[in-house]
Amino acid sequence: MNSDSRMPLIGSRDKLCLAKMLRGSATRRDVINMLMAAGMSAAAAGTIASFAETAHAQTPRGGGKIRVVGGLSSAVETLDPAKGYIAVDWCRGRMFYSGLTVLDETLTPQLALAEEVASSERATVWNIKLRRDVRFHDGSPLTSADVVYSLRRPRNPALGSGIRIFAEQMEEITASGPHEVRIRLSGPNVDLPVILAAAGVVGFLIVKDGTTDFRTANGTGPYKCAEFRPGVRSIAVRNTEYFKEGRPYLDEIEMFGIADELARVNALLSGEVHLISGITPRSTQQIASVPNLALFETKGGGYHPLVLRLDREPGSNRDFVLAVKHLLNREQIRRAVYRNFAVIANDQPIDPTSPFYDPGLPQRPFDLDKARFHLQRSGFANQTFPMVVSPAATNSEEIAQLVQQTGGQIGLKFNLQRVPGDGYWTSHWMKHPIFFGNVLPKASPDIIFTQIFQSQAVWNQSGFRNERFDKLLLQARAEADTSKRREMYGEMQRLVHEDSGECIPVFASTLDAHVSKLKGLRPIPVGPMMGYNYAENVWLDQ
Amino acid sequence: MNLAVLRLVLVRIATAILTLAFVSAAVFAGTEILPGDVAEAVLGQNATPEAIEGLRQALHLDAPAYVRYFLWLGALLSGDPGRSLVNNLPVAGLIASRLPNSLMLAGVTAVVSVPIALTLGILSAIWRGSLFDRVASFLTMSVVAVPEFLIATLCVIIFAVHLHWFPALSYADGIVSLHQFFRVFALPVFTLSCMLIAQMMRMTRAAVIDTLRSSYIEMAVLKGAQPMRVALIHALPNAIGPIANAVALSLSFLLGGVVIVEIIFNYPGLARVLVDAVSVRDMPLVQACVMIFCATYLFLVMLADIAGVLSNPRLRH
Repeated sequence: MNSDSRMPLIGSRDKLCLAKMLRGSATRRDVINMLMAAGMSAAAAGTIASFAETAHAQTPRGGGKIRVVGGLSSAVETLDPAKGYIAVDWCRGRMFYSGLTVLDETLTPQLALAEEVASSERATVWNIKLRRDVRFHDGSPLTSADVVYSLRRPRNPALGSGIRIFAEQMEEITASGPHEVRIRLSGPNVDLPVILAAAGVVGFLIVKDGTTDFRTANGTGPYKCAEFRPGVRSIAVRNTEYFKEGRPYLDEIEMFGIADELARVNALLSGEVHLISGITPRSTQQIASVPNLALFETKGGGYHPLVLRLDREPGSNRDFVLAVKHLLNREQIRRAVYRNFAVIANDQPIDPTSPFYDPGLPQRPFDLDKARFHLQRSGFANQTFPMVVSPAATNSEEIAQLVQQTGGQIGLKFNLQRVPGDGYWTSHWMKHPIFFGNVLPKASPDIIFTQIFQSQAVWNQSGFRNERFDKLLLQARAEADTSKRREMYGEMQRLVHEDSGECIPVFASTLDAHVSKLKGLRPIPVGPMMGYNYAENVWLDQ
Repeated sequence: MNLAVLRLVLVRIATAILTLAFVSAAVFAGTEILPGDVAEAVLGQNATPEAIEGLRQALHLDAPAYVRYFLWLGALLSGDPGRSLVNNLPVAGLIASRLPNSLMLAGVTAVVSVPIALTLGILSAIWRGSLFDRVASFLTMSVVAVPEFLIATLCVIIFAVHLHWFPALSYADGIVSLHQFFRVFALPVFTLSCMLIAQMMRMTRAAVIDTLRSSYIEMAVLKGAQPMRVALIHALPNAIGPIANAVALSLSFLLGGVVIVEIIFNYPGLARVLVDAVSVRDMPLVQACVMIFCATYLFLVMLADIAGVLSNPRLRH
């Protein structure tokens, strides 16, 4: 993602001015005041000020120690990279282990442990050459046996790994040499480098061959594990033999989770921690108002859809679905629920940070007349429908209230049913005609389409079935020409936009906050804290 | 005297074992009733039917409930509380890294709050109806009415964020000096003491006032004993039983009931382990925590009863 898309409100010349001003004597607060005087909202001004600060000294320095707080904590956190399920697990995975590939800011896979990744037979057979200069933290060298073990491991159902469905695509994984691995997929997939980097959340991270004990971590990552106590903290110390020259920068990272947002923010305000994750928009003003703190916004494809099951009434009626889609006041939802930390969406799941986003698809407007028209045609006017909301589905209650309000204006009534967050995904999600979901940012269109929109996908929330869509999905996987793939994904976005039961009002940004002297953070649109990969990128400007 | 205490202890230990067995069965049944199991909780939104099935088989969740219960019980009786179903680490290790922290927080809070509460309670009883009594009552009632998350959060905002006197996060490891110890424990102990002192003080006051109303006290007063002497020498020994029970009840809360304080100060205690374990349906971990909380409770109540027996000549002989 280029910096222009983060800065929609001012032009590049102004930006340069701003950066100059920041390098001079103006403080962060001066800039915020200046921008706010010019009529900009406090939140937007904060974002710009934090951008402008990155214009400062860009040469990373070594040394220093930071404390980082994730948004959740659990007594059952794990160092097993195939099993992590909360943010601190994923961050630790990226600290202690490395993958074969890693995503950059444009979601393009870059080589990491792999030296070369080449495909043949229409992207069905992949040959991966490993770097020869990589050592595990225990001193042993990285070999193909470690990679084969790590790629095969998640297939075991007893492990309960979230990336099992991706592991199963790799039908045959063999060591073709001490530093070469050959993978045969069950079908063509040009996206394999993306899957290796970011399937699930952190992709396939490489552990030592035969590892079953995860009380500590023995990986090839930028930091070594000095202490790990689940739910208490982990201490990571710099790996001086890390294979990326000059990295990492810091000497030590202490990481833990705090479940309470207020406690997290207070820890940052009191100066005890350097980086916190899981900020909701309502805390942003408080953080932006403190001079030595900065917000870090990551735009991406995460969204909180209102889902209508297409296989049940009333969602089985196409006009009803269109009525609800026209009923979404996306601008209002963006402003009121997300305080502008979101991007307007268009009822399809590919967001503007994706290289495959199709800007040509006309935006569906908030249009009460059209909504009324479709509602009349559906025959469901003046009826009341239950709508299930839950704390587990982020912002569902707030969005539901706004939809309920606008629905009332055209004679469509919704009855909000509040269910507990505990057990929501097993007991309620996808089991009601109208409910809410929570989709995390995904690394590629193929991943999200496969997981949620393919006819046979187990998480096909709305029960969307479309033969043409399924055919295009398989074709795009085998298509090496990027512009042709973009066309295919464009058509698939249109199909979902028109016929799916997912009403997607906005793409939500993820928000982190940090002390201003922590440098090097750049958004990687697959998740907060640089797609959980902050550890090898950040440094302290002391 | 020793015989009475010995008999009490033996009977209590026997009933404690029965109680623990009953509680473990009840907790087991309770976790069974909760929607979803550990396989669904861990996989969350990633739960495909076959992934759940695979994990269930691996964790033996497909066995009937009573089989699983007795498997767990058998292992526990042979000294092995099992492994966490989620991260596969030994439960004993997970508990061992947290229990000392919980005991430390509970101990410090007890040392601070019990003497203050008893002193305030006894003085209020002696001077009941006086300005002191009314002010003390008013203050304690107001404090007990404020929820602890509010007290904790206000403490953090005032003393950590603005004044920087104390840290916002209380991490108990690596304390080397008394000064550090004070800084780390000041805010959580203050928050917990606010609630405990109020409870114990009210109970103490009531118990002492109750004794002061008995006729032998009237006799002592008529014989011309000083009010302080009446209260401390004549009334207090007879109030020890109820007071000890009030103190035991308040203190038993300190181990498992302090989850809010643990979360806000990020204090690594045992209460949070239980909450985490329940949210992912990690049965061995839930059971281990509940057993510890239950045993502590029974132990404290037994101590209180022993204190009651020892302080009561009729029971003592």
